[in-house]
Amino acid sequence: MAAPLTLLLILAVTIRAALYRSSLADLIAERVEVVSPLTAWKRVVEGLALLDLGVSPYAGDVFHETPLIIYLFHFLVDYAEITFMLADVITAVALYLAVKDYNKQVFRKQKYALEAERYPLDCLELIRSPKEMYYIPLKVAMFYLLNPFTILSCVAKSTCGLNNAVIALFILTTIKGNVLLSAIFLSLATYQSIYPLTLCAPALLYLTQRQYIPVNFRRFSFWWFVAQYAFMYLGSLFVMICLSFFLLGSWDYLPSVYGFILSVPDLTPNIGLFWYFFAEMFEHFRLFFLCVFQINIFFYTIPLSIKLKEHPVFLIFMQLAVISIFKSYPTVGDIALYLAFLPVWSHLHRFLRNIFLVSCVLLACSALFPVLWHLWIYAGSANSNFYYAITLLFNVAQILLVSDYFYAFLRREHHLSYGLYLKRKDGSEATLVLK
Amino acid sequence: MGLLSDPNRRRALISLLTRLNAPICVVCYMAGVVWFMGLAFEPFTLRTYMSENAMGSTMVEERFPSGERALATGREFAAHKKKVGGMPVDWLVKTMQARGLEVFTQTFSRTLPFPDENKERYMVKGTNVYGILRAPRAPRTEALVLSAPCTQGDHNNQAVGLLLGLAQYFRNQIYWAKDIIFLINEHDLIGMQAWLEVNMGRGGSIQAALSLELSSDVITSMDLVLEGLNGQLPNLDLANLFYAFCQKIGVLCTIQGKLQRNDWDSVSGYSHSVQTMMLMVMKQASGRPWGDHGLFLRYHIEAATIKGINSFRQYKTDTNTIGRLLEGMYRKLNNLLERLHQSYFFYLMPSLSHFVSIGYYMPAFGLLAVILLLRALDLWVQLASPPPGTEDGVVDTEQMWSPDVLSVLTPLVISHLTGVALYYLPIHFQKMALEHFPVSDTEAVVLTAIAVYTAGLALPHNTHRFVSGEGTEHGWRVLKLVAVLYLAVLLGCTALINFSLGFILALTLVPVAAFVTPHVPKVPSAFVLVILSPACTLLFSVFFFQELQEVPISFQDGWVLYLSVISQGILDHSLYGSLVYPLIALLVYPCWLLFWNILFWE
Repeated sequence: MAAPLTLLLILAVTIRAALYRSSLADLIAERVEVVSPLTAWKRVVEGLALLDLGVSPYAGDVFHETPLIIYLFHFLVDYAEITFMLADVITAVALYLAVKDYNKQVFRKQKYALEAERYPLDCLELIRSPKEMYYIPLKVAMFYLLNPFTILSCVAKSTCGLNNAVIALFILTTIKGNVLLSAIFLSLATYQSIYPLTLCAPALLYLTQRQYIPVNFRRFSFWWFVAQYAFMYLGSLFVMICLSFFLLGSWDYLPSVYGFILSVPDLTPNIGLFWYFFAEMFEHFRLFFLCVFQINIFFYTIPLSIKLKEHPVFLIFMQLAVISIFKSYPTVGDIALYLAFLPVWSHLHRFLRNIFLVSCVLLACSALFPVLWHLWIYAGSANSNFYYAITLLFNVAQILLVSDYFYAFLRREHHLSYGLYLKRKDGSEATLVLK
Repeated sequence: MGLLSDPNRRRALISLLTRLNAPICVVCYMAGVVWFMGLAFEPFTLRTYMSENAMGSTMVEERFPSGERALATGREFAAHKKKVGGMPVDWLVKTMQARGLEVFTQTFSRTLPFPDENKERYMVKGTNVYGILRAPRAPRTEALVLSAPCTQGDHNNQAVGLLLGLAQYFRNQIYWAKDIIFLINEHDLIGMQAWLEVNMGRGGSIQAALSLELSSDVITSMDLVLEGLNGQLPNLDLANLFYAFCQKIGVLCTIQGKLQRNDWDSVSGYSHSVQTMMLMVMKQASGRPWGDHGLFLRYHIEAATIKGINSFRQYKTDTNTIGRLLEGMYRKLNNLLERLHQSYFFYLMPSLSHFVSIGYYMPAFGLLAVILLLRALDLWVQLASPPPGTEDGVVDTEQMWSPDVLSVLTPLVISHLTGVALYYLPIHFQKMALEHFPVSDTEAVVLTAIAVYTAGLALPHNTHRFVSGEGTEHGWRVLKLVAVLYLAVLLGCTALINFSLGFILALTLVPVAAFVTPHVPKVPSAFVLVILSPACTLLFSVFFFQELQEVPISFQDGWVLYLSVISQGILDHSLYGSLVYPLIALLVYPCWLLFWNILFWE
């Protein structure tokens, strides 16, 4: 399996290197779909220039990345392209290894269940074969590396690629069961963009399962584990925040990074839901709706964790999708990360209901973004409503996609415990309806 | 959400759509065409009305008196033009300065990628002369433009004369709140392009521009030209303004050279408005600027060209009246508080007093586009249900999927490479073609394009066999699904930017996309496919356009015109950045090749 992966990596790096050399790179780096005020490379360069002049990089309200990023590029600015390509490669390899490990576990679990004869007899066609699972890790790497969204994001040198790498490493270390590294990478991801905070629920669920600690609020062992994890997580977060303080010598970055993420002052159009809404809103409602919109992102954690407590990896996928749909400055790079997980759920295909419609809509919207942007900004004949309509449609399609996978996952689990061909009480064929 | 979640109703709907797919598609196609033709029917259109408050209520009294003097200036200009043998720059500068304008000149030069035989130019050198009338009591932040092209020969001298006359007259008025720039551009659009590139900032932000074309002392009607680069149109209020003043002053006004008629309920009246609308559609679809105003639109400046036409009508209008018309329009434009934005930007005009907005014409396109989605749904259902005869569908599809990716990818890549060749080769191979064949430059370019286009038909249709052996039933379905969705997205985006182009392409390509399978009879289908290919669509459009303009041409002349239209398309792309040629070469043609590929799937 190493050979195809190597080939894939070489192909991916070649495409990116070729695009860096072409005239398209500058064009892509300007696209609002690809870079946000947080992740734009132009702003990082500005921050670096300010840093070199001995001014705080956060002076002037242009730069909003974290201090660690700017010190990283302080040393690597000449190798920026290589850094971003490397970040993509790391993400892909991490996801590859993580999924490989996860599939092994899934298969082992399935074997035990089969041996214990826990599945109903008519569910045999739902059982996953090793042959079908063999190529999944490679497909995941391929979905990430060859996804046009990832390529665009990498070519635009959006720092989103680095965040994705951190999250991918977090997933890898979690699935490998390394508690300390998992906590460190999670805190690094949180430090970068706050929202990955919600990933600590699946991480805890997964790690407790792996260590055979029952998720029981009355057990001391569970709370002891949570406390350990929280200590490692908060400790490393504290170290990073202090390190940032000592690097810059001021707390400037807190309002400029986290305040910027949470209070959404920059309403540059993007593919998210915030900008139009807050541009249109009366000022005195702003705080209220800001709270509503931000709590919305964190809110799904609780119900999803309860529903999916047996399946933390699927929960990670759901959380990543929720974050990338509802976060304040989303870019296509965020979407690419959760789309990479789709091959892992390829066995759900028979239960998906709207995949055709949704993929058509996603495809059409991706093409319409630049067209409507052109009509609005350059031709002056369309206006922001046109662009927002597409944004809205794009997000609705994403939500449908995610909820479709959620439904399919639950339905498969249901069939695995109650049999594939459900009968009503009177013996006729029954259908499952989502209400 | 009922339909999306209730499996029974979904199944019923999907089985209905797949069972009745063909009839529904035919009905949609018919409905789309009928809807489009219905757009020209007057009861279905809206009357134009002025949306901009600043231009609606103000009463203006037009008193431009010096038409005769303007004509004399025009004659003087003609004499100097003849003497210098081109643009009389010194005379123009002197004259404008005498009229109290702040005068600037701008020289430009441009080398065309290949000689333009229509206008006989290759290395273009020219000068633009423009004078700015500073607004007496306003900051220099906003401006209006009045331009007249200085053309070869005897054309347009009256326009320059009138422009200078208006400059003198406006100079003595005190109302002006915006700078007025009087521009005389050489080499029509090339000069305009050079001027716009350099001078966007000098006179403040430009709010509106009119380009004036006038070639005789007395005219019978004024024609309004709206179509700009890439089919962009100015805000409808500009057309409304022109129409309102023509009505007020009593000038006959036309659009597409067609007068307005009142007998909409008669057959001839209806066909008249269809003709007018179709002319607009054809012009818009061509994506080229149809007047010197065409490039302003790209810079967010609302602009139109006004042409004086002298035909054999009884009703004559003198230069005084045209001066008053322009004076009135500029006085109202002067009142603008912000850019024209209230009215529509997406519209079609079956007559000058009626328009069809985007909400009315988009359904016509939507009905055509829906066919593609229905076909895609049909294919999807066919692909999703396991083929009869195989027991375990899971294993089989797994085995079939991997060669499928290749058999889809190779045609996609090859047809796009052909498209890239079609885009690059004509200009780059021009020199080589000239060495080996006895043709002129333009012919070399156009014939190379046609050769690449035809070669593309022979090239790719068997490629998948070299890679993956025999093509499968499954394979062509996947390819067709990809191609149909590709076409749908492509046409959708095109129709948003340039409705007319999108609609015409949909009209020809949608039937192709709907019916092509490897199982239809090869020879007649190939013939139909070629007839409906983008190049042939262009050929028919050339004849149809001539027919609409009531100057039908023979096949021989039509062919020559067709060749020159292609060369103009390539030139427009390299000179002004028109998008039609790259769109056809890089996207539409490869997409059509995919269907060609499916037909010859083996």
